[in-house]
Amino acid sequence: MSQPILELVNVSQVFKWHNKPVRAVDGVNLAIGEGETICLVGESGCGKTTTGKIAAGLRRPTSGQVLFRGRDIWTLKGKDWQEYRSAVQMIHQDPYASLNPAHSVSDILSAPLFRHGLVRDRRQARERIYQLLELVNLTPVEDFYDKYPHQLSGGQRQRVSIARALTVNPSFLIADEAVSMVDVSIRVSLLKTLAQLRERLGVGFIFITHDLAIAKYFAWQGKIGVMYLGRIVEFGPTPQVVSDPGHPYTRALLAAVPEADPVLTRNKERPALQSQNIPSLLNLPPACTFHPRCPLFVAGMCDTIEPALTEYAAGHMAACHVTTGNVTARERVEV
Amino acid sequence: MRGEASPDRTAAPVRDNEVILSVRNLSVEYRARRGLVKAVNNVSFDLRRGESITLVGESGCGKTTLGLSIVRLLPRQADIREGQILYRRDGREIDVVSLSPSRLRQFRWAECAMVFQGAQNAFNPVLRVWDQMWDTIRAHGGMQKAAARNRALELLSMVQLEPRRVIDAYPHELSGGMRQRVLIAMSLLLNPQVLILDEPTTALDVLTQRTVIEVLRRLKEELGFAMIFITHDLAVAAELADRVATMYAGRIIEIGPVEDIFYRAGHPYSVGLIRAVPTVTGAFADLVSIEGSPPDLISPPSGCKFHPRCPYATERSRTEEPELVQIGREHFVACHNWQAVRADVEARRSAAGNGQGSAPVVEYTRDVQEGA
Repeated sequence: MSQPILELVNVSQVFKWHNKPVRAVDGVNLAIGEGETICLVGESGCGKTTTGKIAAGLRRPTSGQVLFRGRDIWTLKGKDWQEYRSAVQMIHQDPYASLNPAHSVSDILSAPLFRHGLVRDRRQARERIYQLLELVNLTPVEDFYDKYPHQLSGGQRQRVSIARALTVNPSFLIADEAVSMVDVSIRVSLLKTLAQLRERLGVGFIFITHDLAIAKYFAWQGKIGVMYLGRIVEFGPTPQVVSDPGHPYTRALLAAVPEADPVLTRNKERPALQSQNIPSLLNLPPACTFHPRCPLFVAGMCDTIEPALTEYAAGHMAACHVTTGNVTARERVEV
Repeated sequence: MRGEASPDRTAAPVRDNEVILSVRNLSVEYRARRGLVKAVNNVSFDLRRGESITLVGESGCGKTTLGLSIVRLLPRQADIREGQILYRRDGREIDVVSLSPSRLRQFRWAECAMVFQGAQNAFNPVLRVWDQMWDTIRAHGGMQKAAARNRALELLSMVQLEPRRVIDAYPHELSGGMRQRVLIAMSLLLNPQVLILDEPTTALDVLTQRTVIEVLRRLKEELGFAMIFITHDLAVAAELADRVATMYAGRIIEIGPVEDIFYRAGHPYSVGLIRAVPTVTGAFADLVSIEGSPPDLISPPSGCKFHPRCPYATERSRTEEPELVQIGREHFVACHNWQAVRADVEARRSAAGNGQGSAPVVEYTRDVQEGA
């Protein structure tokens, strides 16, 4: 990997709920290089959105560091802080909530241009906005320039919010479920637009989704991190993670996904989980938090020693005693 | 979720061919300020005993309106313009469209129940699950309280919930997936012949969605009701449908057995929907989007409503609206150029070298060795 530009080092976020600690993110490490794509996948409540917000500097972690070009972002001041904030932009999930309904597309896009001194006058702003609209495939650009959000479809709004993120020439976009609110047919063209930005501008992505099929499609050249109850339990190159998952949780997720192919989906092998219930973040099981549900559970091991991310295959990590060979078949019998 | 290898579930289930619900030339319009919105336009289909039909299409294609009109729960601005909804039980036939309000109340839930989109909003937050269930049963009469409670407990365990804990719980004490399953149990209290489900798995997490899918599949086998399943998710349709009906701009533009739609589709819109869905199994496959957006239903385009977005559109598509024609045993399609569409589908399938469903199933060989 190229030199990482953004790094999360042992980042944790603890919320308080009725004076009880809730570990939403627990010891996450993540490094992302220029133009790289990392997908964070997991179910609701696994901490993927919080991790995204921490990476975007929208939330200060309780412990751990966020490094931008090697420097802790929470020590940055003035110009340096501004440089970081421009370099990392966020695209939110709901395009109906993230655009001000009283502002036209040109207002929405020109505000950051003027704020960051990227354009000098209206004429320059217009030129730049045309470029941005072109980049996100809102063409003919003149038709969209003066439109208000209510005049746009969900997909078009999401394109405006992508364009807004691009106004400040970011090197990373953090996209939080950016395509999950739109219809299937529009989802693909949005994903293609995002992929185009990767090719044309070299932007990197932290792409947050609950949909493994989308993660596979968007991050095929990149990496996937699977999160469970605040921890990354598997991390590796996308093709490897989806074809040979190293963590039993990832296996369960992949097996559970319905496929748009009736014969395939009705005959897929589906390993049974011990329990359907996700433990509460207020009362996490000890050691490996997946052990009460895990089909590979080894008593005395998984419920006493917390598994670290360990190499499962070349460049492919999983936090599981059993699949990474910490427990051999013989030991399992003895235990 | 089942661990054992399941038998081939795509084989058409054994069912008698008795039609229990027959929608005939149904048209529904909404009165809007700008004019009339033709949300459902001349739709006809038959639902057989124990069968599941999945309605698929983008938002605004009329699938929810069609579902709501079957139980006559349309909002006030909507009118059923024409058509019949014929419901049959025990040799008697009624037309739901002309039912009196009191007969309609008996028809709903007892004959045909609906599970609405958004399980979280379907409950009264200050009532316990049992109180809501008892309200439903009492409104229809005919069951003693003790018997009703037993029935409720039985259904709750059928949807894989802990019955004694859940029955006295308030909605906020249950997770989204649990609420969705309570809702399904509630809809089956009066043993309806037809169950309509509107996006019941949307907004659920993958593992929860899987549980709901398996629960529905089992319930349908055990209780033998027929299902109208509304979804925009083609993968869920592939899981649960016996037949798939694709809707576009208020019309059914293709209907047929699930394999015919997924492997031998004749409508470019059905093909487009299927090709837009990524898979997790197998190698990377590029996706194709459907360009453009659904038409304005107040002033829809001439001819085939799909022609402005259709790569196969011809002069004829622009002027003449295609009727549903039969292209397979139970497979109907409304497209002038279905031969070309289907030829392309088949060419792509043979080029990809996979016959239906032969994409490799993920195997976890490492595990077997280590776990031995």
